[in-house]
Amino acid sequence: MAQANAQVESVSDSLDHEGQEHPIKLYLVVWGWLFVLSTCSYLVDYFHFEGYLRWSLILLFMILKAGLIVAVFMHMAWERLALAYAILLPPVLVLVFVTIMALESDYTLWLRTIFFGTT
Amino acid sequence: MTHAATTNTGDSVALPQGLDGIVSDWSSDQRAFKNVPWGKAMMWIFLLSDTFIFSIFLLSYMTVRSSTTVPWPNPSEVFALEIGGAHIPLILIAIMTFILISSSGTMAMAVRSGYQRHRKTTTILLLVTALLGATFVGMQAFEWTKLITEGVRPWGNPWGAPQFGSTFFMITGFHGTHVTIGVIFLIIVARKVLRGDYDRGTPGFFTSRKGNYESVEIMGLYWHFVDLVWVFIFALFYLW
Repeated sequence: MAQANAQVESVSDSLDHEGQEHPIKLYLVVWGWLFVLSTCSYLVDYFHFEGYLRWSLILLFMILKAGLIVAVFMHMAWERLALAYAILLPPVLVLVFVTIMALESDYTLWLRTIFFGTT
Repeated sequence: MTHAATTNTGDSVALPQGLDGIVSDWSSDQRAFKNVPWGKAMMWIFLLSDTFIFSIFLLSYMTVRSSTTVPWPNPSEVFALEIGGAHIPLILIAIMTFILISSSGTMAMAVRSGYQRHRKTTTILLLVTALLGATFVGMQAFEWTKLITEGVRPWGNPWGAPQFGSTFFMITGFHGTHVTIGVIFLIIVARKVLRGDYDRGTPGFFTSRKGNYESVEIMGLYWHFVDLVWVFIFALFYLW
């Protein structure tokens, strides 16, 4: 009887909040991966990788780290899609702005080179 | 059993998944964000707006850096330190990164132990998080002091493009402000946890709604976001 009571209690306990509980091991594994990925991105600089290799590695490690933080630490992986899309899609549209400003700064650089000479 | 009142009744019927789920969640006359407390949804929306702020900062940095004809100072050398006679590039920033990641880890565990009603553990983990955050801000203050004494100003620096200083102070300054605010709120939340506010459902000073451990998770969202922004700053400003 006592056991049954305890069970009922634990069920209602888990229902009384909408928060998320996940095994501690998951957090520790993600923590470890974040350390590994940060070390990797630091090593990119340490070993003086240059050019496209450097940029693609930096972006790769950046996106993996950001993904782990958002998905696991911020629990986005377990939220409903309505919330995930509402929050995650708008920042992706910033890439349009990035493209516009990349074109614009390219043009500015061209003007400066043409009219002020290279320094 | 005296449980804190739920912020909503929840849905007992099975909710549709996938794209059907999006359509039905966003349909009229109901709340769109199911299975999350309202405070959590609001925090996410605030974080979305904050994302845009940091996005335009990083965008303006990209624009000035790629349009200048003057060489950009090499961050690897600018942020190098002499430790024990050895010259290590970018080491200060790497240590700051590890400290902030560790604070994110302790924060995630604080959220977990909060929901398990382990008051002492939660308080300690929150305070450790705050301490790591304060360490981060301290190292940033050291970094600023070092750069300022070396002659970096928002309008110029000894090594190259003058825009380096303005973008550096703006981006890291804004991020440091976020960390500082986070540390203050971590201490406030830790105090509330220790007092048992979230066990008794003591109303908060601002909204007067019953307190519960969801507040710890919402605090966690903000803190992880600060770490998230640092991931982007580290990659795009310091490593690029």
